[in-house]
Amino acid sequence: MDATRIASTTNVDIEATGVRVPNTPQDAHPRNPEDANVHLETKDVHIWFGQRLIIEKVNLSFPENSVTALIGPSGCGKSTFIRTLNRMHEFIPGAALAGQILYDGKDIYDAHVDPVDIRVQIGMVFQKPNPFPSMSIKENVLSGLHLAQIKYENPDEIVRNCLERASLWTEVKDRLNASASSLSGGQQQRLCIARALAVNPKVLLMDEPCSALDPGSTRRIEGTIKELSQEMTIVIVTHNMAQAQRVSDYTAFFLAEEGAPAQVVESGRTDEIFMRPKDPRTNDYVNGLFG
Amino acid sequence: MSSSTLEVPGNTPTPRYFGREKSRTKSDKLFSGSIIVAALSSLFVLTAILIYLGSNSWPVLVEQGISFVTGSEWSTTDGVEVFQIWPMLYGTLLNAIIGLVIAVPVSVFLALFIVFLAPRNLSKVLTVVIDILAAIPSGIIGLWGFLVFTDTAAGWGQLLNQYLGWIPLFANDQNQFARSPFIAGWVLAIMIIPIITVVSREVLAQTPQELLDAARGLGGSLSGSIRMVALPHARGGIVGGVMLGLGRALGETIAIYFVLNLIFDVNIYKILNPEGGAIASMIVAKFGEATPNEINALLGAGLILFIMTLFVNLAANYIVKRSQREKLI
Ligand SMILES: Nc1ncnc2c1ncn2[C@@H]1O[C@H](COP(=O)(O)OP(=O)(O)OP(=O)(O)O)[C@@H](O)[C@H]1O
Ligand SMILES: [Mg+2]
Repeated sequence: MDATRIASTTNVDIEATGVRVPNTPQDAHPRNPEDANVHLETKDVHIWFGQRLIIEKVNLSFPENSVTALIGPSGCGKSTFIRTLNRMHEFIPGAALAGQILYDGKDIYDAHVDPVDIRVQIGMVFQKPNPFPSMSIKENVLSGLHLAQIKYENPDEIVRNCLERASLWTEVKDRLNASASSLSGGQQQRLCIARALAVNPKVLLMDEPCSALDPGSTRRIEGTIKELSQEMTIVIVTHNMAQAQRVSDYTAFFLAEEGAPAQVVESGRTDEIFMRPKDPRTNDYVNGLFG
Repeated sequence: MSSSTLEVPGNTPTPRYFGREKSRTKSDKLFSGSIIVAALSSLFVLTAILIYLGSNSWPVLVEQGISFVTGSEWSTTDGVEVFQIWPMLYGTLLNAIIGLVIAVPVSVFLALFIVFLAPRNLSKVLTVVIDILAAIPSGIIGLWGFLVFTDTAAGWGQLLNQYLGWIPLFANDQNQFARSPFIAGWVLAIMIIPIITVVSREVLAQTPQELLDAARGLGGSLSGSIRMVALPHARGGIVGGVMLGLGRALGETIAIYFVLNLIFDVNIYKILNPEGGAIASMIVAKFGEATPNEINALLGAGLILFIMTLFVNLAANYIVKRSQREKLI
């Protein structure tokens, strides 16, 4: 399979071009398509809650060190889908899955794969900020290392580095021992990003990480995402079309028709999806005509 | 010259602090009125009991002096009345401690099992079973302890003594293993395990899903997530459950009366010896044939038990407050 191809095999069979062109001239790390190894890939993924099929036949590839945006109307199953990518889906009673999710070519749902390992390598930032309220800011940043039992030296350096990358450092550097619940909602979300970075994941899944943030912090998080994408693969769910265009290299559009499970209507390079969508529904959605 | 800035002293307005919001609507007023009445009446009952116990036992307490609580003799023979309850007072605490040492780990693990590990159907069944167990009257448990359980537990005691007898705690001077504080502790544990489990299960099940998600999403194992998220979240509630259990253990009367020898000679640590004490059980044991003065002494013992329970609760509260400040990492 063509490594750079990111295409949905559902409704519309688009031929994504094999050439990856930087979105903007400022794109910090243009690459030759040959370098873009597929890192994470879903094959015919179907997702259920109980008897209800939520998502049908999703085939997506996430090339190494790229940013992929998942867009689509509320309730269509973006959070559900992203949670299957690091095996968080299975914690929900009645949750079920069919198909394969390949990480470096291996199915993460294979019987002998330890899900805990998968979650260390494929980190997650959730839709709602969820810092540990009984821990201090500093402890929160280090919590993942303790949970995943990763040994470390220089805690202060790790804390500073992660908080800086999550653009929270200057705001909290004088109260690292304060409780995490004393932070504002937006600060809590950035703390969660710092916490996720501390364990050094190879893939970072972000479910609407900016939905609680002001425009300033949103911009800073977007900068962080751009920077991080030099060293990790990022999948981000967003309702903000401008944001998808600013940060992502690829975009996948999820849509559930009335009463039917959601499918990927169209996916491919972000500039293509936004400038020259092939499906009229994509066109309507990205231009704010529905959803 | 400068226009008014924040630094100009006289210009800072006085801050207004807020207490609780006052009730304004009629239903709110009725509601808070009845709550206040309920709260005050429970205080009133408490005070009334204290006054009754205190006033009736006061003469005896004064007569016996401090040795009422520090001495170890209880006799009404030859017209000399000596009332001293130290072995009973100490025994009450010892039984409760043995009970807690057994019950707390069992209850917390049981609750964790029900909430996080058991298949969903099993956990529903266990929940119902434990709710029912929590409602069994202590007399029934005491009777069962006396008729059925004593022999088993005495066997355990004997084993402990056989293999760990070199530890003073498990020594036995009398080569008889029934009716010991060890067995009383077990019976108490069996009584309070359901209580502590019910409360712990309830608070553990309330652990916010998003915090568990966070922990699992960071690569935490189940045990790691429980340790770093669920237990800190539930700690206050679990301690509350332990306090409930402790309260029941300290005041337990009939069950202990069935399974423990009450001896007026303090048994400090030899928990396998058939000698122990418990204030509440002693009151029951002596009440039937007590002289008038002795009855007042028993009321005094009740007063002491009451005060001790109060102090144990205060101390436990203090410990909880302190432990909440303790670092997690
Ligand atoms: N725990 C659950 N049990 C059953 N159904 C669920 C559960 N969680 C989500 N769903 C259903 O799955 C569908 C997809 O939900 P999901 O949260 O993935 O949507 P979403 O695309 O992330 O929406 P939003 O943009 O509002 O966050 C919804 O119809 C929802 O009702
Ligand atoms: Mg969502």
